[in-house]
Amino acid sequence: MSIRLENIAKHFGNTQALEPVNLDICEGELVGLLGPSGSGKTTLLRIIAGLESADRTSQPSRIMFGERDVTQVHVRDRRIGFVFQHYALFRHMSVYDNVAFGLTVMPKKERPSNGEIRARVFRLLEMVKLEHLAKRYPAQLSGGQQQRVSLARALAVKPDVLLLDEPFGALDAKVRQDLRRWLRRLHSELNFTSVFVTHDQEEALELSDRVVVMSNGRIEQIDAPDTLYHSPKNRFVFEFLGDVNHLEGSVNNGVLTCGDAYLHVDLSNGPEELLLRPHEVRLAEQASDTCHLPVVVTAISPVGAEVRVELEADWLAKPWLATVRHADFERLAMKRGQRLFAHPRQWHRFEEEPQNTARQTRAA
Amino acid sequence: MRRIGDAPAVKRLLIGAALVLSALFLLLPLVAIFAQAFSQGVAVFWANVSNYFTLHAIGLTLGVALLTIPICLVFGVALAWLVTRFSFPGRRILQTLIDIPFAVSPVVAGLIYLLLYGRNGWIGSWLDGHDIQLMFAWPGILMVTVFVTCPFVARELIPLMQAQGSREEEAAATLGARGWTTFWRITLPNIRWALLYGVILTNARAVGEFGAVSVVSGAIRGQTNTLPLHLEQLYQDYNAVGAFACAALLALIALLTLAAKASLEWRASRREALL
Repeated sequence: MSIRLENIAKHFGNTQALEPVNLDICEGELVGLLGPSGSGKTTLLRIIAGLESADRTSQPSRIMFGERDVTQVHVRDRRIGFVFQHYALFRHMSVYDNVAFGLTVMPKKERPSNGEIRARVFRLLEMVKLEHLAKRYPAQLSGGQQQRVSLARALAVKPDVLLLDEPFGALDAKVRQDLRRWLRRLHSELNFTSVFVTHDQEEALELSDRVVVMSNGRIEQIDAPDTLYHSPKNRFVFEFLGDVNHLEGSVNNGVLTCGDAYLHVDLSNGPEELLLRPHEVRLAEQASDTCHLPVVVTAISPVGAEVRVELEADWLAKPWLATVRHADFERLAMKRGQRLFAHPRQWHRFEEEPQNTARQTRAA
Repeated sequence: MRRIGDAPAVKRLLIGAALVLSALFLLLPLVAIFAQAFSQGVAVFWANVSNYFTLHAIGLTLGVALLTIPICLVFGVALAWLVTRFSFPGRRILQTLIDIPFAVSPVVAGLIYLLLYGRNGWIGSWLDGHDIQLMFAWPGILMVTVFVTCPFVARELIPLMQAQGSREEEAAATLGARGWTTFWRITLPNIRWALLYGVILTNARAVGEFGAVSVVSGAIRGQTNTLPLHLEQLYQDYNAVGAFACAALLALIALLTLAAKASLEWRASRREALL
């Protein structure tokens, strides 16, 4: 079932939680709402669910599920499945009763027989691999297990749309990874439309078909993960999607200077701020004629495919982060306190004016 | 190595003081009540208890308590629901207003009701014209008892419902449950122990209430005399054994209430230990 949002806004008291927003989600798509806390992503999800109602504004707002206009439809009749951030399992009911709840509260005419409910609940519990825990109570389960129960409970009523609010936020990294993979597989098997909220960019990029990046109640960009990462529309998206190093200074006759550091750039005169990803910083023992960026290694974390190195200098307001290949790390014999020179492989800059979000990427 | 606060001398002193004080102020009076009640034998005790006026007072007291509880239950749940599930202007003021019956002396409460609903009162004079008498009759006793006891259930529920939040109710709604279904199957089971606890407190207070009731009941023997009022009358008539027989009955009800409360707490802690 596709979802279409037209002109959805929301305020709480004096704060505008959501500026008027339009969003189209295709049938069968898995969409991630990504943003920092307070960006309005959970509000948007709750409005789609019907747990919150959109503001009445001068322009009419509308929520469509396929051809069905659900703007005025109560949450219980929207046919959605909602997975809450902290699961919200019914604490006084067993796992079985939790999953069966949605089926047992159906009006008598539509309600399946007891045997059918039983079969359906156990099919779902099998799917989430929890059939052996059917008699347990939520407090007796681990976080990951509770999360799977809450998914099974939401899927029991065969929703048109599955909505998940920070589904993996409270779990540890390993369980999170497993559950992500599992949700991805489930999604492609059952092929429902789902929207999930997260503040974890890695999670959003890994899980989603498309990511909606939000900040301050606005949608900043909607794109597929790789497009998003490689061509962010503005500075916020660029900064939010990964670690960023800042190089601030003023340009004079094609040279950006910042304290005793300088870098040749083909930009017009004036104050300038360049942005670099950690993998775009190369480290060497010498400076060059066009680039003189002296740094000191302050921390080294050799975990993973690359070595993460933290760099500091007088001319830097915030430390830089660089990722170095293990081979280079060993060749330079890096250790803490060592003096090196940073060389940007490429850099990015964004125009200041909000309406002109032109972005430049230059090889240096 | 000793842990912080683990000084044996202080510990012994505090335990000793607690024991002596509870013996002096709680246990001794309780024993004295029963000793006095049975001081002239079981037969005299029984004669006092089975006396028509005493039996009527017991009936009236229990009857009023029985009516008070459901009223306070409905009121308390509705109020706690309102305060914890909705936000509206005046919510905080309302939460403070709930405590008025605790803050006001019961005698004052009785007097206010007398002023309003008595024969010459603002509402009472109108009611009198329609031949309805509230004061100096059981409805008046019920009204002030409800006034005095109404905060108990709400007070028990509000912190619990605030802590639990409305997520489970929202979850029920997303699964298609209607309002009543949600209340019976989600809200009520989650608050049932606090609710029972509130009812027990309400009952204890309703049975024992003296001040407010004494103002509005008129204390007519065999008609509007509750057990605490009856007790006081017997004592004023120099019938010490009779008075203490009533006191023993009240103490017994109190002990039963305490036992019920303790068993509830025990069950709750066992349930938590299980989970």
